[in-house]
Amino acid sequence: MTKSSNPDGFTQKVWSFFASVKLSVVILLSLAMTSVIGTIIPQNESLMLYHQKFGDTWFRIFNMLDIFDMYHSWWFRSLLCMLTINIIVCSINRLSSTWKIIFPKKPNFKINQFRKAKNRLEWPATVSPEELKNTYVSWLSKRFGKFTVESSENGYCLFGEKGRWTRLGVYGVHLSIILLVAGSLVGSIFGFDGYVNIPEGESTDSVFLRDNESQKKLDFAIKCDDFNFTLYESGMPKEYRSSLSIIKDNQPIVKKDILVNHPLRFEGINIFQSSYGKMPATKLTVTFTEKDSGLVYKKEATMNSPIEMPGNSGTFTVEDFRANFSFRGVNLSNTFLCSMIPKEGEPKHIIIPADFPRFDMMRQGDFIISISDANFKYYTGLQVTKDPGVPLVYAGFLIMIIGCYVTFFMFHQKICVEISTAGGKTTVTAAGISGKNRPGMNAAIRRLSNHLKRLT
Amino acid sequence: MSSSEIFSIITFVYGFAAILYVFSWIFKKTLPGKLATAATIVGALGNLAGIILRWVESYQMGIGHAPLSNLYESLIFFAMAIALIHLFIGYRYKIQFIGVVASPIPFLVMAYASLPKIDNAIQPLIPALQSNWLIAHVMTCFIGYSAFAIAFGVSVMFLLKSSGNRQGSDILSRIPDFDTLDDLTHQMVMFGFLFLTVGIITGAVWANQAWGRYWGWDPKETWSLITWLIYATLLHARLMRGWQGKKIAILSCLGFFAVIFTYFGVNLLPGLHSYQ
Ligand code: HEM
Repeated sequence: MTKSSNPDGFTQKVWSFFASVKLSVVILLSLAMTSVIGTIIPQNESLMLYHQKFGDTWFRIFNMLDIFDMYHSWWFRSLLCMLTINIIVCSINRLSSTWKIIFPKKPNFKINQFRKAKNRLEWPATVSPEELKNTYVSWLSKRFGKFTVESSENGYCLFGEKGRWTRLGVYGVHLSIILLVAGSLVGSIFGFDGYVNIPEGESTDSVFLRDNESQKKLDFAIKCDDFNFTLYESGMPKEYRSSLSIIKDNQPIVKKDILVNHPLRFEGINIFQSSYGKMPATKLTVTFTEKDSGLVYKKEATMNSPIEMPGNSGTFTVEDFRANFSFRGVNLSNTFLCSMIPKEGEPKHIIIPADFPRFDMMRQGDFIISISDANFKYYTGLQVTKDPGVPLVYAGFLIMIIGCYVTFFMFHQKICVEISTAGGKTTVTAAGISGKNRPGMNAAIRRLSNHLKRLT
Repeated sequence: MSSSEIFSIITFVYGFAAILYVFSWIFKKTLPGKLATAATIVGALGNLAGIILRWVESYQMGIGHAPLSNLYESLIFFAMAIALIHLFIGYRYKIQFIGVVASPIPFLVMAYASLPKIDNAIQPLIPALQSNWLIAHVMTCFIGYSAFAIAFGVSVMFLLKSSGNRQGSDILSRIPDFDTLDDLTHQMVMFGFLFLTVGIITGAVWANQAWGRYWGWDPKETWSLITWLIYATLLHARLMRGWQGKKIAILSCLGFFAVIFTYFGVNLLPGLHSYQ
């Protein structure tokens, strides 16, 4: 589509709005500046935390602008979308004229352009113009694809040209941006990003999605046969290793040890080692010791299901487990977070550290509660993702690198070597024009003239 | 000799080269300039030898890995890359002035690396860094940063010259002409942009390998993108909007501040890039 073929005034205006490089400069700078925000305000934390930190007014404003998840906000996405349209329109607009330069009907050399070139070098020759011409032509025509010889007022002009196709380099760079955008779109529509914690010896066939905490079922189960970590002497972590099996129709079909940097890939789904931790077995023993009588009651409990307290005094639930829990600045390891709903009075949250059975005395309740038989096990934390957009993104990466290389380090060069005779003296001049690369062209002409001087 | 001894020697060699470059420039002497180039070559070779030796030392300690895994090691590589690039540019484009602006940088970087607050012990690799992508990623990023550092030096010279021009000061008039400075900035920015692009891409591929995502908007990633966007703006403004000279010099300085922030500042921000 070119301007003349588009009679509609409005479309025309929109088109030329998006065809402007001024707009790209504005968008690129806006993207750079707004991206800063998300690095200063930590992203995707709990809304409560933000509320505490910023106060009510700022919290509302920031929340309205999606500042807490700004890279996925409508306005940031619109900027990316504008950039993409901008690139597409701009490229279409310019491609036709670039195409004419790359594939001209006939080579087009204008001697005056070369005579004005700043990189023009001149040197005297001792052999006859014809001889010079023949030597130069045979040497130059090997190096330049397009080559023509013309006679001028007082001698010859030899024109050479190469690297026309390199003008396509920028289109490669711009195409690669479009591929990246397309790839990330495909990924966010058809892919997912989840995680799951699997204790040693157990398996699961569903994972939690990161963006909305919902569960996603897989076509297979992942079993953690074993989890190990090793440390260096200094105590720094050396290796995290999970031995996994993929189980389909009750058959283990793949077995692999995964490490950080060495994931397991299966049917388009990738499983990464991402964290680990310790968790209690599902069955626990809760001990209630009555303060007054010293009587001991032992009850079996499972996480998250309430049990009756002795003497019909209420219910007790083990809700959560922390391998590390900071209590008044002291780290209590292996701590259970529990809740107690007495018959009368307010529900209470209490903490029970498994390693300190007398800790609960401090609470001054009717019962001293402790938890034992936790049978702690290690679990492996896996990141489970699927991203069908990755091939597009990687193609974009490759094209971007090649495109940048071609654009920056190769260039379309036209050279002219003029042999002229005046007053019985023969002089040779060499000059070059390139689209943009001035220093590169200057250096090329310097090298060219050195070669030519050595030929005769 | 140990690698750290080599590094303290070359710090002085780089400093010596910088003094010679400035001397030869101020007093218009060629001999000190040639000596300065020779000293830089010695410094860069020593730097390379030190890096290789440190690599060997890490194997002798039983925790062998390429010395590109923490702040100290990245600074050492940074210094070498700047020295090599300015030698190459000086040779290729026959501009000795590049040494005047560029040669103090390796010296300052090495001096900074030898401060006691920077831990120079050879440490084993944590699991996230045990990847060959680490080498490709760190090398390309730092080659890019080096080119941007040189572009920054040239841009500062441009701004100095253009601000001090009216007084016609003698020293400033010895700075090469505006066109040369402008071209040099552009060349270095293009060179840096290519390498930063490859650096960001290798980082993305590595992240996909280790964490299952090629981009996660963590502060370090985001700041490298901000840097990249600023230089992309510069290239477009120059090529298509015809910006030249001062405006480009200012953008190039802005870009380099983003580089510095990506390198050092990000550690002040909340985030996850566990590196160093
Ligand atoms: C992040 C996005 C972008 C990147 C990385 C990028 C990269 C580049 C590069 C490397 C060049 C070559 C500069 C040189 O030769 O020195 C270029 C040129 C150009 N860019 Fe972009 N660009 C981007 C976005 C855009 C957008 C949105 C437009 C839309 C108008 C655009 C229009 C152009 C044009 C017209 C040229 C000159 C092409 C020519 O020489 O014919 N770019 N771009």
